[in-house]
Amino acid sequence: MGLLVLALIAAFVGPYPLSPADALRATLDRVSGEVPPHGSTLDTVLFFVRLPRIAAAMLVGGALAAAGAAYQGLFRNPLVSPDILGVSGGAGLGAVLGIFLSLPVVGIQLLAFLVGLGTVGLVLLIAASVRGREPVLVLVLAGVVVGALAGSAISLLKVLADPYDQLPAITFWLLGSLAAIKLEDLTATVPIAALGLVPLALLRWRVNVLSLGDEEAQALGINAVRLRIVVIAAATLMTASVVAIAGIIGWVGLIMPHMARMIVGPNFDRLLPAAMILGAGYLLLVDTLARTIAAVETPIGILTAFVGAPVFLWLLARGRHGWA
Amino acid sequence: MRRLACGLAVFLALVQPAGAERMVTDSASREVAVPDRIERVFAAGPPAAVLLYVLAPDRMIGWPRPPRPEELPYIAPEYRELPEVGWLTGRGDTVNLEVLLQARPDLIFDFGSVRDTYVSLAERVQAQTGIPYILIDGTFANTPDAVRLLGEVLGVEERAERIAAYVEATFAEIDATLAKVPQDRRPRVYLARGPSGLETGLQGSINTEIIERVGGVNVAADPSGARRGIAQVPIEQIVLWNPDTVITWEPDFYEAVWKDFYWQGVDAVAAGRVYLSPTAPFGWIDRPPSLNRLIGLEWLAGLFYPDQVNQDLREVTRSFYDLFYHVDLTDAELDRLLQWAKGRAP
Repeated sequence: MGLLVLALIAAFVGPYPLSPADALRATLDRVSGEVPPHGSTLDTVLFFVRLPRIAAAMLVGGALAAAGAAYQGLFRNPLVSPDILGVSGGAGLGAVLGIFLSLPVVGIQLLAFLVGLGTVGLVLLIAASVRGREPVLVLVLAGVVVGALAGSAISLLKVLADPYDQLPAITFWLLGSLAAIKLEDLTATVPIAALGLVPLALLRWRVNVLSLGDEEAQALGINAVRLRIVVIAAATLMTASVVAIAGIIGWVGLIMPHMARMIVGPNFDRLLPAAMILGAGYLLLVDTLARTIAAVETPIGILTAFVGAPVFLWLLARGRHGWA
Repeated sequence: MRRLACGLAVFLALVQPAGAERMVTDSASREVAVPDRIERVFAAGPPAAVLLYVLAPDRMIGWPRPPRPEELPYIAPEYRELPEVGWLTGRGDTVNLEVLLQARPDLIFDFGSVRDTYVSLAERVQAQTGIPYILIDGTFANTPDAVRLLGEVLGVEERAERIAAYVEATFAEIDATLAKVPQDRRPRVYLARGPSGLETGLQGSINTEIIERVGGVNVAADPSGARRGIAQVPIEQIVLWNPDTVITWEPDFYEAVWKDFYWQGVDAVAAGRVYLSPTAPFGWIDRPPSLNRLIGLEWLAGLFYPDQVNQDLREVTRSFYDLFYHVDLTDAELDRLLQWAKGRAP
């Protein structure tokens, strides 16, 4: 598919000089088991820096787009992104707290992941304890409020942080970046993201039904409440795990499902894989840009915003045509 | 609130005996009237606080941010418990003007940028509170003059002259050393910041000023020259730059880098030339970017040019801390301070 071609091209793009011939030789070396003892620098760059980064871009893009597609179906609203229940805000808070406490990188990532999950858990708890006839609305409102709380806490930590070393680190983290991704990050994140993806993939038809509305879903024998919780949990796992390693990268989860919907229609069966592929490709493209557009790396969150915001406005201008 | 502050200022001005005043000219060429005898000084931020602590610690009202527990032993006992008073300008503006007035400073000063923004801030605070506010140019090369200026304002000319002379002598020594070292023999240095060491200061930034002043070639350069501050770089780029020396002040990063697979390809790590800068009571390279960087200058000169500079780091540190920071360091404290300042065997 086009994605593989894109990945292949991206492998040769970057500051370190790497030609296709070099790469071929390096691959053959590795496959035949003849890797020089500590790995030549080329070997290290290709297999341990570039390829993981490409894989990470695809993983993050795909996961965010999948979560976005699921949420848009769940909330029956095209303006919904994976952040709506506060997972990004929570993960951001966890990471900022980690930086503030001077934890090592692993600690920061873990804290981001856990607080992200915890935030959504809190939102679900709040929604469950409020009785009303609009469960989805309550969920969204709770998500917005808790997300705002997390945002305030982040701001507070920014004020308390040491402006000379912690604050720049916090700023860069919040802008999102794939520059610091290592192979170990991927090996930790892929299983978790997969764990979130599996239920989503298996429940594709039911999510479709859910987008018809609670009453219709109930009539077709689906427990809307339980299904909603499962979908939210799955999407949150995916989002929290990728935000923990890459920082806050916005717009992918919002825009990519729309693009996918324009191509394959709103049927979640086909929407999910389409959104994932588009999301993976998009983020790969943007990350390659981030690496090459200037001599010094540009945080990826900036670029996704620059591209995402105009597209979003365009979508708004089009109205709700194309949805449903 | 504003009225209250103004009213309070007027009241204070009326109530205080009309003390003798004199005019001083600050680094931004502003003429400011200051009292003859200045007892209480508010330092507007950490760089100013360092300068004040070095020159005239008895005039300090408090610290902009409280010293951390590990920094306390390196501050003279009388000043360890000073209250936290917040910052007035630059990054991290946290002071409340009423709190400022309550502290009744005779003078506010800032040590750093003298650009228009800061001038207008100084004018505003001065007009609002009636407290004289002077700006001192914090450019590193200007340090001796800055010290003399503050010394003149506070009436501690003798001490100021001593400090300024030390700074000038250090600069002269460094320049003499550099004259003997050709450009291609100078070390290529990378400053590793942040928990993973992937944040750095670009060439020409204030964060790497010391490294460049001592002749180190900062590998992190933006060829187009457009960006000068802090930037994030991927490990790939660092491997490409291949610095022969890495400096950091993050203990976690320092521990991890030796075992980190990705950093093994970097010359500095292979040769054991990764150095952990001390940070107590103030950073030696940065944090804050003030007078405290002078000892960093001496340390790096010894590190980069061991052939030309014959230096006993312990003695240099001990006398510096005595002269500047008013502390007499014990051997144990010195050991802890300089623990990884000389690197580790590969």
